[in-house]
Amino acid sequence: MDLRFMADEPSAVERAVIARLIDPVESRNGQVVRGGHAARGHRHLLLPALAAVQSELGWVSRGALNEICRRLLVPPAEAYGVASFYALISTDPRPAEVTHVCDDIACRQVGGLDLLSQPSGGEVVTTPCLGQCDRRPAMFVQRAGGQDEVLVSGPPATVHAGPLLRRVGKVDPSSLADFRKQGGFEGLRRAQDIGAEAVVAEVKKAALKGRGGAAFPTGVKWEAVANEPAPRYLVCNADESEPGTFKDRVVMEGDPFAVIEAITIAAFATGCEKAYIYVRGEYPLATSRITAAMAASREAGLLGELEIEVFRGQGAYICGEETALFNSIEGFRGEPRQKPPFPAQAGLFGRPTVINNVETLINIPEIVLGGGDAYASVGTPDSTGTRLFCLSGDLARPGTYEIEMGRTLGDLVELAGGFAGEPKAILLGGAAGFFVSSDYLSMPLTFEDARARGVTLGSGVVMAFNHDRDMHDIVRRVARFFRDESCGQCVPCRVGTVRIEEAVARARSAPIDRPLIADLDRAMKDASICGLGHTAASVVQSAMAMGLI
Amino acid sequence: MTEVALVIDGVDVVVNEGVTLLDACRSIAKQQPTLCYLETLAPVNVCRVCVVEVEGSRTLVPSCSRKVEGGMVVQTDSERVRHSRRVVFEMLASSVNLALVDHPTREWMESYNVDPARFGPPAAPTSDRDQRHAGHHGEVVGGAAETVHQPIKVDNSLYVRDYSRCILCYKCVEACGDDAQNTFAIAVAGRGFDARISTEFDVTLPEGACVFCGNCIGVCPTGALMFRSEHELRQADLWEEDRQSVTRTVCSFCGVGCNLELHVQDNRIVKVTSPQDHSVTEGHLCIKGRFGYEYVQELGDLASTPVDVVLRRARSDS
Repeated sequence: MDLRFMADEPSAVERAVIARLIDPVESRNGQVVRGGHAARGHRHLLLPALAAVQSELGWVSRGALNEICRRLLVPPAEAYGVASFYALISTDPRPAEVTHVCDDIACRQVGGLDLLSQPSGGEVVTTPCLGQCDRRPAMFVQRAGGQDEVLVSGPPATVHAGPLLRRVGKVDPSSLADFRKQGGFEGLRRAQDIGAEAVVAEVKKAALKGRGGAAFPTGVKWEAVANEPAPRYLVCNADESEPGTFKDRVVMEGDPFAVIEAITIAAFATGCEKAYIYVRGEYPLATSRITAAMAASREAGLLGELEIEVFRGQGAYICGEETALFNSIEGFRGEPRQKPPFPAQAGLFGRPTVINNVETLINIPEIVLGGGDAYASVGTPDSTGTRLFCLSGDLARPGTYEIEMGRTLGDLVELAGGFAGEPKAILLGGAAGFFVSSDYLSMPLTFEDARARGVTLGSGVVMAFNHDRDMHDIVRRVARFFRDESCGQCVPCRVGTVRIEEAVARARSAPIDRPLIADLDRAMKDASICGLGHTAASVVQSAMAMGLI
Repeated sequence: MTEVALVIDGVDVVVNEGVTLLDACRSIAKQQPTLCYLETLAPVNVCRVCVVEVEGSRTLVPSCSRKVEGGMVVQTDSERVRHSRRVVFEMLASSVNLALVDHPTREWMESYNVDPARFGPPAAPTSDRDQRHAGHHGEVVGGAAETVHQPIKVDNSLYVRDYSRCILCYKCVEACGDDAQNTFAIAVAGRGFDARISTEFDVTLPEGACVFCGNCIGVCPTGALMFRSEHELRQADLWEEDRQSVTRTVCSFCGVGCNLELHVQDNRIVKVTSPQDHSVTEGHLCIKGRFGYEYVQELGDLASTPVDVVLRRARSDS
């Protein structure tokens, strides 16, 4: 491969930032001496290197991108394609401080839009949901050379704890000793006592289903990977970006060691030698706490041979899709892959991969300690255990609520102190979910009941809207979200999300074109590559069905 | 080689294991529409016009990349398949200039009654597509259907890039990359509807890594990438394909033996291609074979036909 790089040189600062991550390719008389496969084999450093430059300088210049390309032997056009894929990376000069104000469906109802016109030291842009709906309105500040930070306006949110959240707010998230005092790492010890196969067997007995939205049986996934040849990888999907969702953040910020313990058990059970935690870029506090918890656990010798790497996302909802996430880590654009093959056969770096989200994983220590049968006795036969719900919007006490599966939506709303104002609609499952009416308050919150009613629990979003809310404005924001977050790879999603947004915009002053939306939705569901396209029009469809727009 | 039996549109088909559904369809002479698929490139399955219905599958599957499995029951012309193909073509035709797509594609669009006008009149062209930041787009009013229409890029004497015609099929990227040329001068940049084919930082082709092999043009299905000579003749309304002859010959520049197809109009070479089924080139050439033909038709002062005038202008206007 005879790559041609640009003539642009990095500044001294840029070079130093890049040098911290990537060794230079050695060359003599213009010939590469040490490079080739060795350098190209480090392509997974591409996004971390771009992010490091972005974080230090506030943007990625031609010289910096060129230097990264020279060291990794990545073509500049491809690196530019990767850099320009992410909302948090700028390839144009930007002020040192950029404030991303959330104008998404929760924040825009309560003053989020006013924050856009507040004076700021730098640039102010809008952002989709920051996962702070329980403390809205929120903004995320990127500071070149400084610490990124989330600022929220609302009061501290409620945490209604069950077994999964029991330590949140009660344990010092920076203290391994405190975590162990409260039962931490006992699950890992037990797992090592009973052995890997027994752990997988218990998880199967527990009938744990994935909490990421697809509800796939975790034990089946694990067994499939354990039976594949090494090397295998484990990925903890912490790219929580579904509008209205914040539960994984609450876990990572409040009980980070629990996530590390769960990952360690999962990797042990499935024979994975390396684990990644992919945390969304807009979660700086969760990232630092998880990173510190991982380091402390390693230092204490609790991780054994397992290597865990915290990988920070850079602003792309689509990277929560499992195969897009793999491409993102590997240094490619976060474009989902056509399945099959499935991750259990060919996932990260083409190897067998376990991928579970944070909430799914933190169930594991409980299952190992108490046994699969005991776990399965909670909830219903098809929906075992407890589930975390993200309550926000027009409710008395927004927050994260852990309840046994099978309790009703009405119970949940009751727990949160009931509606604030006359309820008009509830968004269930997230932006990829559905609007439902008060008729659904009697619905038990289980996978099977949701399926029977044609809805989804999705990422556990329960966002209430009262009669004062401008639902057309809300639905339009959802349509805009999907158009902005589509990766652009396949036609049905790339163009379909635009046409949906346009149709919703027209419906402000005219009746909505139902056949057109239905046609688009059907083709997007049938022909898109991934779940984003499949679900992008669901909220619009359900809003039409309820007469909200 | 193990054989696999499946049923396509009610017909029993036996094919070798490892082939795709598209191969299987073709083995019984059932053509499927394709845009991003090419025999000589790795399938990227992004255009979604070749989707088919496989019994038991929740969604439709792309026939170009999905491997056959024993016992599959496949529908290529069900109402569900026709619906998706129609809407996908409507999405493309409403956002991209498809005037130069090939004849079979146009026939498919007619057979599916494609009506791109249902999304409203096309919005005005824009000139900022190369600057758009991921995750942010302008206010949508909904009165018109947004398009990718934008100014044409002319930055060298050999070819032009008219991305108003680009359906983002990735073929040019693949041909420039490890499926053929290994030059990697272009890639997909941006995200969503703002995704585009781009050099690094949108630099011009001469500034970037391009080696002007023209293989991207060779694989482009919509005329978004075009030889400068063809572009200029089309602009002057002198491009007349039905008056062109195609002569197959062997490139004389080196000993590899690449076959050339010389497209000749008015006794002048106006375009050079290579047969896709040629074992040496698979349709790809280098800059010499593709563009080094001028020595056989030096356009001196005596050159006087309108075609000559345009060709000479294209060459001197670099």
